[in-house]
Amino acid sequence: MINLKINGIDVEAKEGSTVLDAAKEYGFDIPTLCYYPDLRINSDCRVCSVEVAGSNHLMTACSTPVKEGMEVKTNTSKVYNARKTITELILANHDTNCTTCARNLNCELQDLANTLGIEENRFEKVLEMDAVDDHNPSIYRNPNRCIKCGRCIEVCKDVEGTYVLENQGRSNEVKVAPKYGKYLSEEDCTFCGQCASVCPVAAITEKDDTQRVFDAINNPNKHVIVQVAPAIRVAIGEEFGHKSGGQWTGQLITALKRLGFDRVFDTDFTADLTIIEEGHELLERVKTGGTLPMMTSCCPGWINYAEQQHPDMLEHLSTCKSPQQMFGALAKTYYAQSSGIDPSDMYVVSIMPCTAKKYEAGREEMQSNEGMQDVDAVLTTRELAKMIRSQGINFNNLKDGEFDTPFGITTGAAAIFGATGGVMEAALRTVSEVVNEKPLEKIEFEDVRGFDGIKEATVELGGNPVKVAVAHTLKHAETLISEVKAGKSDYAFIEVMTCPGGCIGGGGQPYGTTNKKRIERIESTYRVDDSMPVRKSHENPTIQKLYDDFLEKPLGKKSHNLLHTHYHPRHKKV
Amino acid sequence: MPEQKMLTKRIGDINPLSIKDALEKGTYKQLEKALKMNRIDLIDEVEKANLRGRGGAGFPMHIKMMSTAKQESTPKYVVCNADEGEPGNFKDRYLMENDPHIILEGILIAAYATGASKGYFYIRGEYNQAISIMKWAIEEAKENGLLGTGIQGSDFDFDIEIRTGAGSYVVGEEFAMIESIEGKSGRTRVKPPFPTDEGVFGKPTLLNNVETYCNLPFIVDMGGENYSKIGTKTSTGTKLISLSGNVTNPGVYEVPFGTTVREVIEDLGGGVPNEHKIKMVQLGGACGPIIPEFMLDLQIDFERFEEFESKTGAGAIIVMDERQDLFEVLMRIVKFFQHESCGRCTPCREGHVHLEKLVHSFFKGDGNPNELYSLESLARVMHHSSLCGLGQSSPISIISSLSYFRDAFHDRMAFGGGEK
Ligand SMILES: Cc1cc2nc3c(=O)[nH]c(=O)nc-3n(C[C@H](O)[C@H](O)[C@H](O)COP(=O)(O)O)c2cc1C
Ligand code: SF4
Ligand code: SF4
Ligand code: SF4
Ligand code: SF4
Repeated sequence: MINLKINGIDVEAKEGSTVLDAAKEYGFDIPTLCYYPDLRINSDCRVCSVEVAGSNHLMTACSTPVKEGMEVKTNTSKVYNARKTITELILANHDTNCTTCARNLNCELQDLANTLGIEENRFEKVLEMDAVDDHNPSIYRNPNRCIKCGRCIEVCKDVEGTYVLENQGRSNEVKVAPKYGKYLSEEDCTFCGQCASVCPVAAITEKDDTQRVFDAINNPNKHVIVQVAPAIRVAIGEEFGHKSGGQWTGQLITALKRLGFDRVFDTDFTADLTIIEEGHELLERVKTGGTLPMMTSCCPGWINYAEQQHPDMLEHLSTCKSPQQMFGALAKTYYAQSSGIDPSDMYVVSIMPCTAKKYEAGREEMQSNEGMQDVDAVLTTRELAKMIRSQGINFNNLKDGEFDTPFGITTGAAAIFGATGGVMEAALRTVSEVVNEKPLEKIEFEDVRGFDGIKEATVELGGNPVKVAVAHTLKHAETLISEVKAGKSDYAFIEVMTCPGGCIGGGGQPYGTTNKKRIERIESTYRVDDSMPVRKSHENPTIQKLYDDFLEKPLGKKSHNLLHTHYHPRHKKV
Repeated sequence: MPEQKMLTKRIGDINPLSIKDALEKGTYKQLEKALKMNRIDLIDEVEKANLRGRGGAGFPMHIKMMSTAKQESTPKYVVCNADEGEPGNFKDRYLMENDPHIILEGILIAAYATGASKGYFYIRGEYNQAISIMKWAIEEAKENGLLGTGIQGSDFDFDIEIRTGAGSYVVGEEFAMIESIEGKSGRTRVKPPFPTDEGVFGKPTLLNNVETYCNLPFIVDMGGENYSKIGTKTSTGTKLISLSGNVTNPGVYEVPFGTTVREVIEDLGGGVPNEHKIKMVQLGGACGPIIPEFMLDLQIDFERFEEFESKTGAGAIIVMDERQDLFEVLMRIVKFFQHESCGRCTPCREGHVHLEKLVHSFFKGDGNPNELYSLESLARVMHHSSLCGLGQSSPISIISSLSYFRDAFHDRMAFGGGEK
C-alpha cells in the first residue's frame, strides 16, 4: 500500500493506482471529461487537474500514479480556476444548445459546467459550423458538438480494432473524423455504435428513429408490433436510476403496452429458432464436409466487418438470419397470415441494444414480401427510454406485464444470447442433445462463459471431441480469423460478437456502460436463464408448434426462404 | 567577461567535412578512453560533473543515463534532438555545421554508457546544410570504423540514422519526436512512462539535445570533478548562447554558467547599435520570459531562470530596443504558438485562439480591464495545465510581460494607441 495525503487527509492506495482512484475512494470527487474506464488514458482534456506538492504545474489525476509521501490538493483556487477556464474554453467552441439537444440532462459536458457553476463565459464563441453526417441509418455525427476528447477514437481503435475515426489537422483546427471519407458510410465502419456509447456529448449518437415509431403508433391503420432483444431487460432499469445487475422484463413489457404497441413480443423466441436452424446447419456442415469452422451470424456489426475486411471468409458465416430478422420475417408471413392482417398494414419495431441493427433492418435481403422491409424501425435501449419518459410513463411504478402470444414463450437458452458465449452455450445445449440423443447431465457450459476476449471449449458430439471458440470485440475476432486463415485453427464453430461482453454491452445501451457494468448485466442474464422453466431451445413448445404448423422442418424450404440469407463482399477502403 | 570556449574551441580551426582533420585534432580520443571504462563509472563521472540538459528542461543527464542503462529490455535507443525549431535559437545548427564529429563522439559515449545499439539523429527539415554535413560525417565515421560493429576494436556496436522533421515545431518535444520516429503524427504522449522506460518502439531511449551530448567528451577528458568547477556551484559547465535582435554582433557565444545577460549583450554582442536603448530582452527563445533592461544583471543559470517559472530554455537572448512595440512582439509569439500547437490538449488547443484575440485587443489599443483579467487568468491556466512544454511555456512571454510591463497594458487601456 502507498501512503499519501489528499487535501490534508492521510490516504492509503494500492500501488499502481492513480490519484483519481485514490481520491474517489476517500470521497473526493474529481471531475473528468476525456477519461473513461476501460479506455486508454490520454489525459487530453486536463479537467481533472490537481495540485501536487513540489510541482508548479498541475497534474492530471487520471494519469498520475500515487507515490509514497505525495501531497495532493484537489480543490484549491488554482485547480478550480483551471477547471473552470478549460470548461469555458470548450464551451466557446461548442454548439451549445442544450434544450434542443439529444443529450440534454444526460451530458457529461453539461454536468461539468453545472458542477463548476459556470454561469457566463468570459470567452467569445469561436465555433465554425461544420456539416453533420446523417448519411447512414445507424450513427449520427455532429462535429459541432465534438469536444475532441478522443474516446471514440480509442474505442474504435483499441477495443474494436477498426481504426475508422482519427484526429485530423492541428491546433484549433483539429477534427475528429472518419479516416478517409467525409462520411462514416464511406468507411469500413461496422456501425457498432461503441463510439456513440462512450461519447460524453451529443457529437456521436444513434440515428434517432423515435418519431417514426410514434407516427406508426398514432396511425390507426397500422398494426404495430414490437420485439425486445434479450439484452434490453437486463439494462433498461439503469435508464431509470437503477443499479446495473437487475432485471426488468415485466416493467418493460408494461411500458411498451402503455406506449401503444398492439402486441409486445420477445426476440428470445426467434433466438430459440436461430438455435434450431443454426444447430442443424452446423451438423449438416459437419456431416457433408461443408465449410468449417462455421461462424455465427446474429451480430450485424460482425457481418459488416466480415463483408468489409474478409470477403474471402463469407462461406464461414452461418446463413441464418439474426433473431431480429427471423422475427421480422415470421411477423410479416406466419403471424400476418394467422392473424389475418395484411403485412402492408403491419409495422414491426425492434428494441435492440445495438445501432448496427438499424443498418441490418434496412438490408435489401431482409424482405420476405417484395419491396417491404421485414423490420420497419429499430430503436436502441436509450431511444426506448426517451419514449417512455416523453409519454409520462413512470417506469419504476409499473406492474409486471406479460409477453403476447405466439412469440412470447421462450427459454433460458434464448435469454443468454445477450452475453458473450451465450449463443454458443445455447447451441451446444441443443446440438449435444440432438446428436447424443440423450439429455445433458449439466446444461451449463462454463468454459464459454466469462469476460475473456477469447474462450475455448471442447465438447463430445457423437463420441468425437469438437472444438469451439468464442470471441467478443472485433479485435479478438480478428485473432481467431487469422488463425483460421493460416490454417492453424481446428475449431468447428466460432461465436463472434462485436461489442465487449456481447449484446448486453452494445452500442445502444444506457450511457455509462463500463466493463464492470457489463459483467453485472451478464450475471443477471444467467440468473434469468436459471429461473426459466425451459432452458433448451429445442424444448420450447411453441417452436415445435411453429415447425408443425408452418415451417415443417429445420433447414427446410420455408426456412431457407424466410430464415436464411446470404452475404456480399464489400468494397474495401484502402 | 570573455567567452570560455570548450565545445566550440576548435570551430574555425577544424574542417567539418574531413574526419581526417577531426581525428588529427583529437576527436574520438575520448571515445577510445570511454570504451575502456566501466559503463557505470562513466555515468558516475557524468553525475560528478552535474551535467544538465541543454535543450530546455535542464534535467540531470546522469539520471536519464542511469535509468536507460538499468533497463533490461533491448534494443535501446539514443536520440539526438537537433530539431531546434524555436525562433531565436541557432546554436545546434552552429555545432552541426562546424564540428559534426564532436557531436557524434558525444552520442557514441552516451550510447556505450547506456548500452544502446541504435541511434536517431533528428534534424530540423529546414537545416539543409546541417543535414548534408551530418550525413557526410556519419558516412565518414562508418568508413573509419567509428560506427557499425566492433567500434574501435571493442565489442560495442552502434549505428545511427538521420531523420528530418517536416517543419513542425512541436516534434522537438521528446515524445512527439519519438512518435514521429515511429512514423506516427508528431503528437506527445502521456508521461509516465518516460522515454528512458518506454521510448522509441516502446524500448528504453535516451533523448538529449545536441549540445548536451557534446559535453560528454569533455567530461571524459577532464573528469567529472574538474568539469564541475566550470560555471557556478549548481549550474556547471558552459552554455552556448544564441544572441540575436538589436545587437551589434549577433551570433553564437559560449560562456560559463554564471555569466550575466548584460555581459553577453554588451561585452560579447557589442551592445545595441546606433545609440538606441535596450527596452526588453527575451530569454530562452519564443517560449521564454521577457524582462526589462534593469534586470539584465541576471545570471545565466538554472536556478535563476526557474524563478521565472521558466527554464533556461535552449539559451537564446533576443534583444529589443525602444523602437519595438511589446504588443506587436507578443502578437508574433502568440501566433507562432497558435499555429504550432498540436491541438491535443484543451488549454493549448482552445486557449491560443483566445490568447491571440485578447493580445490583439491591446495591440489595437482597445483592451479593457475585463480583457486584462481574462488574459492573465488564461495565460496562467495554460501555463499550469497544458499537457506538454509547448502549451506550458508559450504563455510565459505574456505572464512575464504582465509582471514587468504592466504599465504598458494600463497605458493602452487609458490612452489607446497601438495599431488601429
Ligand atoms: C514544444 C517543444 C519543443 C522542443 N524543442 C526542442 C528542440 O528543438 N531541441 C531540443 O533539444 N529540445 C527541445 N525540446 C525539449 C525536449 O522535449 C527535451 O526536453 C530535450 O530534448 C531533452 O534533452 P536535454 O535533456 O539534453 O535538454 C522541446 C520541448 C517542447 C515542449
Ligand atoms: S452536447 Fe451537452 S452541452 Fe452540448 S448542447 Fe448537448 S446537452 Fe448541451
Ligand atoms: S460505429 Fe463502431 S466501427 Fe463505426 S466508427 Fe463507431 S466504433 Fe468505429
Ligand atoms: S465525437 Fe464524442 S467521443 Fe469522439 S472526440 Fe468528439 S466528443 Fe469525444
Ligand atoms: S500543450 Fe499544445 S502542443 Fe502540447 S500536447 Fe497540448 S495541444 Fe499539443
